[in-house]
Amino acid sequence: MTVTARGTGRDAARTTPAKKRRWLAEVGWKYPVAALIAFYALFPLVYVLSASLNPRGSLASSNALFSAVDISNYAALAGTSYWTWVGNTLFIGGVASVGAVLMGAAGAYAFSRFRFSGRRASLTGLLIVQMFPQALAFVAIFLMLLTIGEVVPALGINSKLALICVYLGGALGANTFLMYGFFNTIPIEIDESAKIDGATHAQIFWRLIMPLVTPILAVVALLAFIAAFGDYILARIILVSEDNWTLAVGMYQWVSNQLTSRWGLFAAGSVLASIPVLALFLSLQRYIVGGLTQGSVKG
Amino acid sequence: MSVTPPVAPPGAAPTAPARLRESHARAWRGIGVGFLVKLVIMAVVNAFGILTILTAVGADSWLLASITAVLLIVADIVYFTRRALPLKYLLPGLIFLFAFQVFIFGYTAYIAFTNYGTGHAGSQSQAVDATLIQGERRVDDSATYPMAVVERLGTYGLAIADDDVVRVGTPDEPLTTVDGEIGASGAPTEVSGWTVVPRAEVLTDPAVQQAAAALRVPLSDDPNDGALRTRDGSTATVYTSTLVWDEQAQTITDTTTGTVYTATDRGTFTSADGQSLPTGWYVNVGFENFLRVFTDGALLQPLLSVTGWTFAFAILSVVISFGLGLLFAMIFNDPRVRARKFLRTLFILPYAFPAFMSALLFRGMFNSEFGVINDVFFFGLPINWLGDPVLAKLAVLWVNVWLSYPYWFLVCTGALQALPSDTLEAAQLDGAGRWRSFRSIVLPLLLVSTAPLAISSFAFSFNNFTVIYMFNNGGPAIPGAPYALGSTDILISAIYDISGVSGGAADYGLASALSIVVFVVVGAISALAFRQTRKLEEFA
Repeated sequence: MTVTARGTGRDAARTTPAKKRRWLAEVGWKYPVAALIAFYALFPLVYVLSASLNPRGSLASSNALFSAVDISNYAALAGTSYWTWVGNTLFIGGVASVGAVLMGAAGAYAFSRFRFSGRRASLTGLLIVQMFPQALAFVAIFLMLLTIGEVVPALGINSKLALICVYLGGALGANTFLMYGFFNTIPIEIDESAKIDGATHAQIFWRLIMPLVTPILAVVALLAFIAAFGDYILARIILVSEDNWTLAVGMYQWVSNQLTSRWGLFAAGSVLASIPVLALFLSLQRYIVGGLTQGSVKG
Repeated sequence: MSVTPPVAPPGAAPTAPARLRESHARAWRGIGVGFLVKLVIMAVVNAFGILTILTAVGADSWLLASITAVLLIVADIVYFTRRALPLKYLLPGLIFLFAFQVFIFGYTAYIAFTNYGTGHAGSQSQAVDATLIQGERRVDDSATYPMAVVERLGTYGLAIADDDVVRVGTPDEPLTTVDGEIGASGAPTEVSGWTVVPRAEVLTDPAVQQAAAALRVPLSDDPNDGALRTRDGSTATVYTSTLVWDEQAQTITDTTTGTVYTATDRGTFTSADGQSLPTGWYVNVGFENFLRVFTDGALLQPLLSVTGWTFAFAILSVVISFGLGLLFAMIFNDPRVRARKFLRTLFILPYAFPAFMSALLFRGMFNSEFGVINDVFFFGLPINWLGDPVLAKLAVLWVNVWLSYPYWFLVCTGALQALPSDTLEAAQLDGAGRWRSFRSIVLPLLLVSTAPLAISSFAFSFNNFTVIYMFNNGGPAIPGAPYALGSTDILISAIYDISGVSGGAADYGLASALSIVVFVVVGAISALAFRQTRKLEEFA
């Protein structure tokens, strides 16, 4: 019956001028403001959608929103390296996030369940190490990979595996802390009863703990994927040849070199690439907000 | 409770309780799947590790070989003994952490004290080799051998017939004598351990042709002996350098001019009249890279402006987007507003759009000639957003605020909903107005939970390479600045320009020195955050 009650309340607000004024002063003005904010937030996104549908595909011709609607830009992507870059990005992001989850979960499990000497010191050390951004050491990473590449070309410059390894190196600190807190919320009695039943520590980890911590695994996987997806500096330095580029490196080349002519391709490419990310983000909003407030920021 | 576990005799294995140990024997059900998986993984790891050690030894990369050996031994000990249980879980992560995080920090510090960069890119022996190669000429009476191009595992080499002996070598390995057969044409037709590339293929396949023309096989370990090269794909000629390296005297002598270049402690070969050979090696230069920043006026001036802008950008980004997010959160944290969930989704869409694409998108939108912003909002005025230092700064701030206000909107919405309502009511009863209760109650309570996030967000903006570089490459260029520094460059993008990793002249030493300085700044900021969050308490 609350609906009717609210309905009559609103009717009353409509009928009495004083109440209507109050409604306008306290609530009503928020709708125009919301429209303003939505315009601020959405204009670039609407613009890129419109530009992606504009068959002329140049920057200058994209300004009149939805003046022409056509999917030729999307079709033209097939003639470029776009889909190769998508594949590379998915591969690098996918492997890096699976690796980050496994390593982080194993680390968090060890810190949460075992008491060993040096535990506190290693936790503190981990915390300190992860404060220093890996990207700042890009010169050293570049030179180190040059050296490794002379011996193991598969892990040198221009190797996707090398880039994944670099991402994994930066993954342990923050992820372990994110997961460590979550692992601690799983009662240790579960482990203990399983241990009495004769389960090994590996069985406890894989069969008992991992299913229970799935939510945090998903969050860490997503954050690691987004970080790899958005990274430019390391990907640009490590991946040299065009068929190894990720989306960030490739699309930067499109926009920086031939801004006016490749604009339609860029727009179509970014719409295609962002729709899955948007969908994922919106569906996992709740968890991501939780993850964000625990200290990670957009990468 | 009736079952009493048998008490372990004193002094017996302290690691596992005796009861468990007994059940191990009874509960033996053969080798488990887990063990087999572990065995396979460890076999692959060992195979890869040993292969790496062998190739590293072959390439004289002793550091890499010994690091790999140590890691391999540690891994085998950890996974094939019953001890060090926590390490079984921590080791893979720790290895990556040490190799790609801890080690590179140390390596950065090491490079910061060298003059590593263009002209100083390797060790002294590499510099000698490179210099002698550059001085290599074909001497008129030099020896010529019938030869064949050979291939093994994608590596090309040269095989020559030296009288009736077959000798083979690659660019990395000097000539050695091997078993083989010499054909009717006088060239080797069969070389033990190698595949002879047919002559027709050498002459017709452009890839092989190119590889053969680029081949340079040293005669011996002594760079003065010269090297074999081929022009026609059928004969190899000895090329010797006009430069002669004297390791004892540490000099290189140009035999055509008679000039003597002496090795200096600056990592160059310099002649008496001050001429240096183009290729040098890197040496320790002490604090020179750090001092250069302060002594080189042309560098100091732009770097100071970059540093100032880095702080301004990071602080303004956080303050403006925090303020905007908080404002929006307060406005729409009102149960009387309908469709709040829908509005919230609209407001945070910029956050879900990948950041690098937003920066590229705005790069086009702010274009002065064709951009939609001038065209639609400024009546087609050609405002030079990206070319004017002040406007470019405003524009990149605008972009970053657009990108990050949704984060603060989300965080503040959550924090506002967690505020204790009774405190607010009490304030209201005491007659506090909206502003007063915001300033004295809401904001302080909110800051408790958001300040650590603000600090980490500041540290993130401080190093937000992607947005700066994608939006405008850090441009417009500061006139007269060395290393292509620009007005919107922040420290990390300036370091990127200076380092030259993307091509052009490189100065790894100076770039690393600046990285160290930024590390210190970031470390100080993080220490602040560290104290704020007191995360340590969580595991106390």
